Amino acid sequence: MNKAVERVEGVMALFARCDINTDAIIPSTWLRTASADLGKGLFGGDRYDEQGNEVESFVLNRPAFRQSRLILADENFGCGSSREAAVWALVQFGIGCVLAPSFADIFYENAFKNNLVAGIIDVETYQELKTLAEAHPEGLAFTVDLHSLTVSVSDANNPLHNRSWNFRMPASRVQAMIRGDDEITGTLHHQEDIADFYKMASSEKQWLFPEHLVGRDTDASNKKNRVF
Amino acid sequence: MDGPSGKSALTLFDKIWNAHLIRHLDDGRDLIFVDRHVLQETTSAQAFHNMRKAGRSVRYPALTIATQDHIVSTKPGRSEDTNPTGRELMQLMRSNALSSGIRHYGVDHPSQGIVHVIAPELGLALPGCILACGDSHTSTVGGLGCLGIGVGTSEVEHILATQTLALSKPKSMRIVYHGTLQAGLSAKDLILHTIGQIGVAGGRGFAVEYAGPAIEALSIEARLTLCNMSIELGARLGFIAPDDKTIAYLERREFAPKDTDFVSACAYWSGLSSDVQAVFDREVHIDCDLISHQVSWGTTPEDVASIDGVVPDPTQVDDPARRERISQAIRYMDLQPGQTLSGLPIDVAFIGSCTNSRLSDLQLAAALVRGHHVSPHVRALVVPGSMSVKREAEALGLDVIFRKAGFEWRDAGCSMCVSINEDAVPPGSRCIATTNRNFENRQGPKSRTHIASPAVVAAAALAGCIPDTSMMKVNAEGLS
Repeated sequence: MNKAVERVEGVMALFARCDINTDAIIPSTWLRTASADLGKGLFGGDRYDEQGNEVESFVLNRPAFRQSRLILADENFGCGSSREAAVWALVQFGIGCVLAPSFADIFYENAFKNNLVAGIIDVETYQELKTLAEAHPEGLAFTVDLHSLTVSVSDANNPLHNRSWNFRMPASRVQAMIRGDDEITGTLHHQEDIADFYKMASSEKQWLFPEHLVGRDTDASNKKNRVF
Repeated sequence: MDGPSGKSALTLFDKIWNAHLIRHLDDGRDLIFVDRHVLQETTSAQAFHNMRKAGRSVRYPALTIATQDHIVSTKPGRSEDTNPTGRELMQLMRSNALSSGIRHYGVDHPSQGIVHVIAPELGLALPGCILACGDSHTSTVGGLGCLGIGVGTSEVEHILATQTLALSKPKSMRIVYHGTLQAGLSAKDLILHTIGQIGVAGGRGFAVEYAGPAIEALSIEARLTLCNMSIELGARLGFIAPDDKTIAYLERREFAPKDTDFVSACAYWSGLSSDVQAVFDREVHIDCDLISHQVSWGTTPEDVASIDGVVPDPTQVDDPARRERISQAIRYMDLQPGQTLSGLPIDVAFIGSCTNSRLSDLQLAAALVRGHHVSPHVRALVVPGSMSVKREAEALGLDVIFRKAGFEWRDAGCSMCVSINEDAVPPGSRCIATTNRNFENRQGPKSRTHIASPAVVAAAALAGCIPDTSMMKVNAEGLS
């Protein structure tokens, strides 16, 4: 079961670049073991120098942004490798939402699987939020609300507090995230349909499921401990 | 023309998708059946862990195939034990496969290799089939008319437990290639040029069909190279309609249908093309006559130019975000605006990866290097895509040609394409590679990557620098 998410609140870090790829979000060198500290590896290529020391100027190393909860980025965020570890690294660091005018296809799917809000914003919204972020080098906290699909400045005393910006997310995804749905559980409700489909496909397209691949039994799920 | 017309006309993509549709889901997505699920060691461990934690098991183990490729050592004589950094994920892949009854192609298996090289080789990828894998280059198998879908680890778990994927159906796009590719050019030049034209986000949200006379003229291995880099266009799926070459390629492959099944398969495959009147959401036309040898200069695969070209000048770029990105790429690559690409010294030349490590790639490179020697300051290596490719190459004596020329001759794996294993480009070094990604740090921290075809990489290894077209011609003449 996924943890339900309704809102994300915290400082927003600006990554004013297009095409930020998943190799940049989590370099391969952090993926060599099943138990690496991915939050530490987030943006590792830019965040650390060759000796492994923090690069002071890098946004997530600056004191005001060490606890960032949101990321604002330009077009096509998360392109390249399918590595879901990119999403895990963001989440483990503490990022709950990425706002960008567009996301790469595989990253977008991976984000929802881990309840990372991937909110699509208009280019105008991106520009406004970017300007705002740039005007606040001390860090500005925002609140992302999944019920209203809006992002706003968190501090009630800030003159901008009443201003809010919309982001887009498919309604079904919003609901699934608020409920904390587990997608596999949902799919398994269609278990019979899946089994019927495979049975039908196996008989209509025997060439696709030849005996030397699947054995005689159409339902190969019973064949445990088969050693090749 | 007797194809269906109007609304009933279907694209190849529609036909394959519809044939796998189990049901439409309430949220607007489609639940589709996955015919083949291929696993690799770096994106599946967590999926098995979570699946078991939820008390589930692998639904159809016989439709699931595992390999070790990303983290493996490529040093001849390797085993799981000779590679301490990779041992954990390799052993997890082996034990997960064993306990679930999944075929496993580990480093000790004679057919081990890069997942996208062995899936076609073993006849697992078939026209009209849907194959998924936790790797973005799964679209490679589109070269056989198979829909290859790259997925994340949660989706790997979803497929393990259900043999399905819940996906929004992508829009359709067709890229039509006109004219003829000049002699000496390859599918790699074709796809690099295409990415340069359309950009790394041009295919986002689309399933891309590659078509036209220049595509029909490509060999199957060349088609696999072309489809491999669909993700570098931003497209999760890229494919080519099957034809007689596809059938000839698949006949007698280990897991391809046999005898009467093969006959029925061929009949089914003959219907796998887009109807003449099918409408695509986007169509792009590329003129092959204009393409020359390509090489990347920057840090995304759209940063490409002719090997005779120059590094662009960011001050000539209007869009400020793009200008900044190009400036950063030029800085990272240690280049100057306007600098000529040919003659740029390289430190490493790498022939390998799921893009260009098949027998035809190695044959082409070997023909160019035969009788020559790698430039003294260059480390050059050839990493065959699979152990089968390695054996076939050795039977043809290619290993001797490469070794004599000063290349390392390795065992199969992803190697220097992805710096997760032992093979990395040292910080600050410049590598020319037949791979698919030139991102910052991709081949190792602070590595600099130029992607190109096997011919250009082979020529660069000999010259010690990015070659120009005249050098490619000299090399081509050297073939006769």
